[in-house]
Amino acid sequence: MLNNTGHLLIFLVMVLSLTIIYKSYLELKISSQKISNSIYQLSLFQSTFAISSFLVLIVAFINSDFSLINVYENSHSAKPLFYKIAGAWGNHEGSLLLWINILVIFSYFFLIFNFNHLKKFRLLTLIIQNLLILGFVIFLLKNSNPFSALEPVPSEGLGLNPILQDPALAIHPPLLYLGFVGCSIYFSAAMASMLANYRGKSFALSIKSWVLISWCFQTLGIIVGSIWAYYELGWGGFWFWDPVENASLLPWFAITALMHSVMVLEKRDNLYSWVIILCLLTFILSVTGTFLVRSGILNSVHTFASDPARGIYILIFLSLMILSSLLIFFKFYKKENYSFNFKSKETFILINNWFMTFFLVTVFIGTLYPIFLDVLTDVKISVGPPFYNIVIIPLVIPLLLLMVFGPQFNWINSNKFFSTKLIILILGAVGVNLFIFFIFGSYSFLTNLIFISSIFLIFYSLIELKKVLQKKIKYNLPRIISHLGFGMMVLFIGINHQYSLEDDFNLKVGEEKKFSHYEIFFDDIKLKEEKNYKAVIGNFRVKNIKNDTTQSLNPEIRIYANPETLTYEAAIKTRISSDLYLTMSNISRSDFYNIKFQNKPFMIWIWISALTIVLGGFLQLLNRRNEN
Amino acid sequence: MKISFYKIITFVIVFFLLIVFWLGLQKDNSYNTKSLVGTNLSSFNLPSINNEDTITENYLKNNKFTIINFFASWCAPCRIEHKYLLNLSNNGIKIVGVNFKDKKENALQFLNELGNPYEFVAQDVDGKASISFGIYGIPESIIVNDKLIVIKKVIGPINQQIYEEILENLK
Repeated sequence: MLNNTGHLLIFLVMVLSLTIIYKSYLELKISSQKISNSIYQLSLFQSTFAISSFLVLIVAFINSDFSLINVYENSHSAKPLFYKIAGAWGNHEGSLLLWINILVIFSYFFLIFNFNHLKKFRLLTLIIQNLLILGFVIFLLKNSNPFSALEPVPSEGLGLNPILQDPALAIHPPLLYLGFVGCSIYFSAAMASMLANYRGKSFALSIKSWVLISWCFQTLGIIVGSIWAYYELGWGGFWFWDPVENASLLPWFAITALMHSVMVLEKRDNLYSWVIILCLLTFILSVTGTFLVRSGILNSVHTFASDPARGIYILIFLSLMILSSLLIFFKFYKKENYSFNFKSKETFILINNWFMTFFLVTVFIGTLYPIFLDVLTDVKISVGPPFYNIVIIPLVIPLLLLMVFGPQFNWINSNKFFSTKLIILILGAVGVNLFIFFIFGSYSFLTNLIFISSIFLIFYSLIELKKVLQKKIKYNLPRIISHLGFGMMVLFIGINHQYSLEDDFNLKVGEEKKFSHYEIFFDDIKLKEEKNYKAVIGNFRVKNIKNDTTQSLNPEIRIYANPETLTYEAAIKTRISSDLYLTMSNISRSDFYNIKFQNKPFMIWIWISALTIVLGGFLQLLNRRNEN
Repeated sequence: MKISFYKIITFVIVFFLLIVFWLGLQKDNSYNTKSLVGTNLSSFNLPSINNEDTITENYLKNNKFTIINFFASWCAPCRIEHKYLLNLSNNGIKIVGVNFKDKKENALQFLNELGNPYEFVAQDVDGKASISFGIYGIPESIIVNDKLIVIKKVIGPINQQIYEEILENLK
């Protein structure tokens, strides 16, 4: 039953796509200023059907309807309700349906919210967006159908991988898709803008909010993924330069560059071609990322069940997208005059874009180099953190300084440069850096520079923040908050990286171990039965000899039945100044447990600062709503 | 549309990328060392477990067939296959053991406890030398003839069936 309903709804979405394309095409020739009501209605129906189809899938997961292959393969009747629902998008087929939903909903919203823009531009955007929708719907029906039926109906499902049963991971994919697929709308708008010759400031105004929305969700999605890795994977890290993480970072660099340069287009009516390139690139990189992740071409912790046919389809789609956007871009390219005064805001925004491009290219090469090498020479290598650390970290220093100086400049031309205030701030930053140096211990020259420049940015942002709050000007607030967040993030990651303590040892119940200024007692173990797993819980006490405090930590080894899997749950004590992190794993045929203990300073502050960056984005969205 | 240098470069890069992606899809990505069979063993030089001697590929040239078995005291399946190794050795088949990522005392105790089927016990403390034999987990065994050609590779513990096959083929 549900499979037919699902198929019908998807089919309707496809038919409506074709109708909208056809109707919009006819409408292009009519000279009236308004878009006819029927297109609005068709678009609304399309969204309704798409959302309904996704709800049908969720209902199938809630009811554990194993007549659908997708539910059978990814769910189990004994799973908690929350994870049953999350199961709907925790797999390739379901996530593709979510993907289509976002394409359709953004298409509708772009249509209704941009009523004051040129009709031809809006219609062309709608047509291109629906071509994208069509492509993905065909992919879904042909190759990745979440509604495929299973006969005979099995009595029980295979279950969802337990490491995916985590609240952070349940919301990670929807956030990321909102971010990545949201980019599709300004991909379509960029193409339409060139075709309709709707350039400059008005184009910037039409896409600005959409760029912000997708930037906010992308950033949030990446942060949540990182939080999941920290709490769930049990390695104590939060960023691994894993190919799939990199794939999510590529569009993020492009969109961050775009978010800045679209301001130049809005205020100065300049950089049009560059903005178009970034619009196209962001979505192309999103699809490239999807290709890399879903085709199985990269080996990574995020491996989805890979299927070469799936890869070929996305690759064909990607090639069509890239080639058509290149052809249109070159055909409609018009030479622009860039005559920026060096001492102006736009110059600094352009420099920001160079940095983003540099990071983008670095991560792109690092991620794809192993594929090139494998294909061209049959040598298998993997590119790890040392490469990224060496190439990226030194350039963070000038970026941080740029984030202080850039925003001070006015548009067009300004006369300020160094002021005594800034020199005092730099001296203050050096002072705080020395303070950290003496409290915690020494570090390299490069780390010194990173600390100084990030503290400088934090100081500067705080002073600006105070000014803005006193004068109650809201205009600059989002930027200040985001830049403050970035400065804090670099500083706390730096301190965390520099001063984490870590040790690995084997302990029996009743034993204890001394390590640095900690004493770890392994008191006992308990067994516990939960709805969908059994757990072995260790009871540890960690004593800090320096300040004579004791914390109890309870790491778990969980045995899930469906599918049969062992997971190791880290015990994490989060405190303002540092996190204690302890995992235990069993050693077969022995009474010993392998214990991994870490003390990670300022861990929670890394999340707080990352979320501060996003907060700036959301504030800006509110600002824009008020402006309108 | 005018043809310019930038356009050509852009298209060349895009096509290059797409073609690499396409070729990448065609490749079998799973790490597989089955193709090792029939190839020549590269030269090697490993110290013995008590560091008194070394073994090189020349050692293998003296036997018509040699089994090179990779084992460790911490590896449970190695214990299971051990009796088959002892039987093979009793049947006159030469076996070289490579002790993989192990402590010397534990390895010697392992052999004391279960018996020593090996003509020679080599050590590979950090597991790096074993990689050049195409080993990615233990237990694994490769069978090499006197011309140093790999004629069989066993991934996982030797069981009754594999044991009989080996005995059949090598006698």
